[in-house]
Amino acid sequence: MEILATALALITSGDADLWRVVGLSLRVSLSATLIAALFAIPLAAFLSARDFAGKRIILVLSTSLMALPPVVVGLAVYLMLSRSGPLGPLGLLFTPGAMVIAQTVLVFPILLSLTYEAINPLQRDYKGLFAALDVGRGLQVRTLIWDARFVVSVAVLAGFGRALAEVGAVIIVGGNINGVTRVMTTTIALETSKGNLQLALALGVILLSIALSINIVTQTLARIGSKYQAVR
Amino acid sequence: MRFLLLAALCLFAPLSVAQGQKLILASTTSTQNSGLYDYLLPVFTADTGIAVHVVAVGTGQALRIARNGDADALIVHHRPSEELFISEGYGLNRRDVMVNDFVIVGPKGDSAGVATAKSAGDALLRLRKNNALFISRGDESGTYFKELEIWQSAGVTPKGPWYREIGAGMGAALNMAVAVEGYVLTDRGTWLSFNNKNNLVLLFEGDPVLFNPYSIITVNPAKHPHVQADLAGVLTDWITSERGQSLIAAFAIDGQQLFCPSANGAKCAVMP
Repeated sequence: MEILATALALITSGDADLWRVVGLSLRVSLSATLIAALFAIPLAAFLSARDFAGKRIILVLSTSLMALPPVVVGLAVYLMLSRSGPLGPLGLLFTPGAMVIAQTVLVFPILLSLTYEAINPLQRDYKGLFAALDVGRGLQVRTLIWDARFVVSVAVLAGFGRALAEVGAVIIVGGNINGVTRVMTTTIALETSKGNLQLALALGVILLSIALSINIVTQTLARIGSKYQAVR
Repeated sequence: MRFLLLAALCLFAPLSVAQGQKLILASTTSTQNSGLYDYLLPVFTADTGIAVHVVAVGTGQALRIARNGDADALIVHHRPSEELFISEGYGLNRRDVMVNDFVIVGPKGDSAGVATAKSAGDALLRLRKNNALFISRGDESGTYFKELEIWQSAGVTPKGPWYREIGAGMGAALNMAVAVEGYVLTDRGTWLSFNNKNNLVLLFEGDPVLFNPYSIITVNPAKHPHVQADLAGVLTDWITSERGQSLIAAFAIDGQQLFCPSANGAKCAVMP
């Protein structure tokens, strides 16, 4: 109860630092999710529409990578972006850009696997139709994505949730720099280490409420959309 | 799909905006957790226009980040590692900044009798004899190195179920000590600013062995050409100047001074 009160007090206090941290969290995680979605969704549809050797390997690999520990992703991206690493000259380490890259890597396999599972049943239904109408590959992919869009949106939300909640990767490549790369989860870790457990939990409640609001909005839109589709 | 691309670009764009002069300072969790940087660095930025990005990790990791060329300057607290770092050519212009000290904290009951120990080594020996739960950082931090040094001087190899290496930061070690009623070696700054003390109290302090000096080092641009040694030099000059040093001396929590400025030799009565 006290924690909820602290959380509420924090939200209503209009603390600029808090909103900057919340804003950065959302921006980094949304960017990462969108970039990952941009590549993962078409790839999933493509994999579904086509049979070729090695397809199962890609899918098994992708599903396994869903269990990738964020710390490992953080470390790998750190080694790439470090001044001593191959991408060092870009100077991206300890910037929000580095955090976006790490979270994109983390979210990509989740989006790929879940989108594939969402699209594949449709593909089985449409296979004969596509063949009978001699539909081109590009149109097949687009049709599959569009008709599975409501399930796909849930996959995207799952990926977004993963990005928003992780701390292991962003704290390594971002460095938790005050006002620059400090996000919700790294703030929670820092406040815990300072012994401010109440504040840390209150921040957790705020993070959860944000995720909740985004989910409610998206799910509602999807519901309205699918109703409209059924009527049509 | 085009919408997605556009949205991604819009979100991504503001993340890569170039800023003014900025300096990356790799430092220790102890100095950050104490709140020193939040107090000190805004003044530095106002004075010089240089923003300081603090990456707070253990001393060992800070040195590794600097070796990779990912920081411009360091503030750390483990003399032997610092000297190795400089002799290998990675750092230059090491200057004393400030000192504080390590203390041993533990449960109020103090079943091991650490409070009456004659020295830091004696205190740890008593923990060993009583099999009292001890939480060790177990990382490459300056605090952990100091702890190992004291164990060694006491002639004890810490091992057994009573000795828990947690491989985490100072705050995490304190949180665990609170939860399991254990003992822990901590720097005074983190201890004073720690807000979850609960039944934990300061039990032992004052042994000269517990002296904890912090230095600032510039990363050598000869190893990594992009290192902003000039900005690191500005920070070094400022923090060791009269102004920087008097600000450090004035930093206090609950009326207790946390760090003693030491650029021109430490002169604080409260420190060992």
